[in-house]
Amino acid sequence: MSARTRELFGLLPVSLLVAAGFAAVLTTRTQDVSDATLTYGAVFLGLCVVAHLFIRARLPDADPYMFPLSALLAAIGLVLIYRIDPELAREQAQWFVAGLAFFCGTILVIRDHHVLERYRYTIAAGSIALLAMPRLPGIGAPVNGAYLAIKVGSIQFQPAEFAKLGIIVFLASYLRETGDILVRPRLRPLPYQRQLLLYGLPAVLTFLAILVLDLGAAGAVLLAVMVASLVAVLRERPSPKHFGPLLLVWGLAMLMLIFIRDLGSSVMFFGGFLALLYVATGRLSLVGIGSTLFFAGAFYLAQAESHVEQRVDVWLDPFKPGVVDREGYQIAQALFAQADGGLFGQGFGRALLDLPGGGTILPAAHTDLIYAVLANEAGLFGAAGLIGAYLLLVFRGFKTALYGGDGFSKLLATGLTAVLALQVFVIVGGVTRVIPLTGVTLPFVSYGGSSIVANMVLLALLLIVSDRARAERARRGGLV
Amino acid sequence: MNRQIVQLFAVVGVLFALLVAFTSRWTVFEAKSLENNQANRRPLIEEEKIPRGLIYARDGRTVIARNRAEGRAEDRIYTRLYPTGGLFAHPIGYSFIKNGRRSLEQSRNDDLAGQEDEFQSILSGLESNDREGFDVVTNLDVRGTQAAVAGLAGRKGAVVAIEPQTGKVRVMVSIPEYDPNLITSQFGRINNDPNQPLLNRSTQELYPPGSTFKVVTTTAALDSGKVTPDTIIDGSSPKVISGVPLENAGGESFGPISLTDALTNSVNVVFAQVGERIGRETLVEYMKRYGFFSDPKLDYPDFQMVPSGIINGDGKYVQNGFDVGRVAIGQGGLEGEIRSAPIQMAEVAATVANGGRLMRPQLTDRVVRKDGRVKERVEPDLQSVVMKPETAKELTEMMSRVVEEGTGTAGALAGIRVAGKTGTAEVGAAREFTQPWFIAFAPVETPRMAVAVTVERQPPGSQGGTVAAPIAKSVLEALLESGG
Repeated sequence: MSARTRELFGLLPVSLLVAAGFAAVLTTRTQDVSDATLTYGAVFLGLCVVAHLFIRARLPDADPYMFPLSALLAAIGLVLIYRIDPELAREQAQWFVAGLAFFCGTILVIRDHHVLERYRYTIAAGSIALLAMPRLPGIGAPVNGAYLAIKVGSIQFQPAEFAKLGIIVFLASYLRETGDILVRPRLRPLPYQRQLLLYGLPAVLTFLAILVLDLGAAGAVLLAVMVASLVAVLRERPSPKHFGPLLLVWGLAMLMLIFIRDLGSSVMFFGGFLALLYVATGRLSLVGIGSTLFFAGAFYLAQAESHVEQRVDVWLDPFKPGVVDREGYQIAQALFAQADGGLFGQGFGRALLDLPGGGTILPAAHTDLIYAVLANEAGLFGAAGLIGAYLLLVFRGFKTALYGGDGFSKLLATGLTAVLALQVFVIVGGVTRVIPLTGVTLPFVSYGGSSIVANMVLLALLLIVSDRARAERARRGGLV
Repeated sequence: MNRQIVQLFAVVGVLFALLVAFTSRWTVFEAKSLENNQANRRPLIEEEKIPRGLIYARDGRTVIARNRAEGRAEDRIYTRLYPTGGLFAHPIGYSFIKNGRRSLEQSRNDDLAGQEDEFQSILSGLESNDREGFDVVTNLDVRGTQAAVAGLAGRKGAVVAIEPQTGKVRVMVSIPEYDPNLITSQFGRINNDPNQPLLNRSTQELYPPGSTFKVVTTTAALDSGKVTPDTIIDGSSPKVISGVPLENAGGESFGPISLTDALTNSVNVVFAQVGERIGRETLVEYMKRYGFFSDPKLDYPDFQMVPSGIINGDGKYVQNGFDVGRVAIGQGGLEGEIRSAPIQMAEVAATVANGGRLMRPQLTDRVVRKDGRVKERVEPDLQSVVMKPETAKELTEMMSRVVEEGTGTAGALAGIRVAGKTGTAEVGAAREFTQPWFIAFAPVETPRMAVAVTVERQPPGSQGGTVAAPIAKSVLEALLESGG
């Protein structure tokens, strides 16, 4: 069976799921199954088949599982959003069509992803400009204290969703070039006295600093990791001039925290950056420096910025009296909704969403908290199934990276996949109180035009890389 | 580079596993505590969407509590409506999201809210989508209740009637009552009313039982073999009991008198001596068999019941050190005074009527599904064997004399023999009020109904025989007529 045929068969269960999901929601809503459910399933299947035929024509060798998996996630999203508000689902369906158009457009325009390397600085500059846009007066406005969206006329748009793609393309390209020379092993070991100086002095200084500065446990650990990582880098031969752009990325992440004030998206960016840095150089020490710098910045901001500090406090104890009705309301309700779901959930369309007398019990149910709605309706099994689907998608993404024929392909696929995985972790982790809750979308599932379009473009890029890599392998007679 | 990619995938795997772990924490492991979290309004909102079961009087027709639906389709919610107003307010109570629940609405909430056990809920989940409450048919008798309310005629007090063989509670009246329909709009006023209409005087208030307690004393004395109904005891007044002279009611002196005659005329000094003869330990033992010193075993919320018993000046329950002579006649002192809830004295009468076997009092008769199938029938439940059948028989004879020729003649019914005991306790700071009591059961041959009546803080001169006995009479009449 060819890869494309497998993909086609993969789409069948997805359409069945859409039909069944809509049937379930409609039944609880109106007590009878109308033909509408079949129509929904058929239309969804039709759209997916069109996209599939397009892939068949343009990327015949691309990974056969990624598209059906993404379609599955989008289908779950559509059913959940329909259950929350049919009007929003209609809009989301339109965005899904737009996303498919962008998907095909990307594949048409970028025949070979290596062309992106040529424009990497343009792309980087464009991404930074995109990130800054929500701070521009007139079009940008803060939502819950975070500057994430811009509004032109009636169209709202989250530039960060696209900026993340640009930054990954830039980093993949930049690190492909500099990854090997950023840090190089020493040809000869350092002389004995130098080694003593290199290891001993920082150890003593760190110890003294911890004692004198009274940093507390977290601070002490941060400092120790930081110093140890620095020493590890210095032991080899770092190339200072190539660190410039990387410091820029760190600075960018800090600026994002300060200007956009959104912990979630900056964690996502910086995490993607560190993942790429690690894959490109194989140096854990660089990740150590990067993450300690990030945490130090975040800690500082948590103290300086009431917005960030409050989020952390709410995360630590959302049920504190006086908090639970206000700042902690969203996360508390998210947890209550999950508790209501139990092992198997209440069933599609059965979860409590509307308060008697108007209003909704789950704020932002269709975006931030859509995972809580799923856990409420489909239970632990449904939620774990969703995470499983993401894990499979991530698995195929990293597999694409493994197959990649050159450094750029590998890094691009790794970066795109890592950023997707991190986004899932940041929002689901927020909803399940693993980390403080911040507002990013659940890829393919949450309501949001920018999100679905950007993720379809991400998928298109992954498929392009995959097509090249697998075609190459097939030519060389390797297993696909 | 590939090695790092594989490692990265492993990290993602760990992170995702963490997500699943935390999801299971909230959905399964800590779900119960989240459900019970004060800030969680979901259970209340869900409950409001379920039509609660109806509550019926024992006839199965008179609706005591029903629902009013508001809103349409998805948004439909139900609120409680009580067609009988305050008539059954104390046994039934109310249930409102904002004000909480009380009485049977609270103690039978699981049934009324339609909660099934695990296995049943899977079955009914297959049957239908919408949860519905189960109906509860109570043992409460409409005519008996009306007779009790009419008898008390607005005076504060309580009436409890129990079917001796089954423990079915036929009447539970406490005056003043409240209108449960007004709870949502006027809770503050009702709650702050100095007359305490929310207080169920039949289960929540303790009164000195006066001479009705002599039935308990006599039970202990006869059953333990210390005396017989014919034992002659000196009834001259006053008599020194525990170092302090005790007088009969009105200072009347009787001389040597049989125990039967002493009960008929409620001779204090005789029963005080009987009490001293049986001792504290035996008296407390028999009290416990009757259910004193613990909450009634009624299907009723714990917070609305208090144990009857011997209470000292500090308000603590005591089982020794009290003046046994004075407790034996239903009084006492600072080191221990006998105090009883009306339902406890009704249980005493019912026990004697049932040959010494105390049946657990029950407000509920059965729980019925919407399709008419009986989900649960409350079977008679033996709470304890208080005395030998012979003791009960002797006691019954003695108590019937009280109604035939003694202090309780006002409780007599035409053509039906009644056994009873009057009581008149002095209450108030200067003993300026009386607490009239009457406990009774009928017919003497095959008792079908037992009753306890008490009226709060009556003017001096009001006695159990004149104030409480007529009320008991009309309640017994109504209940025996309606086939109790």
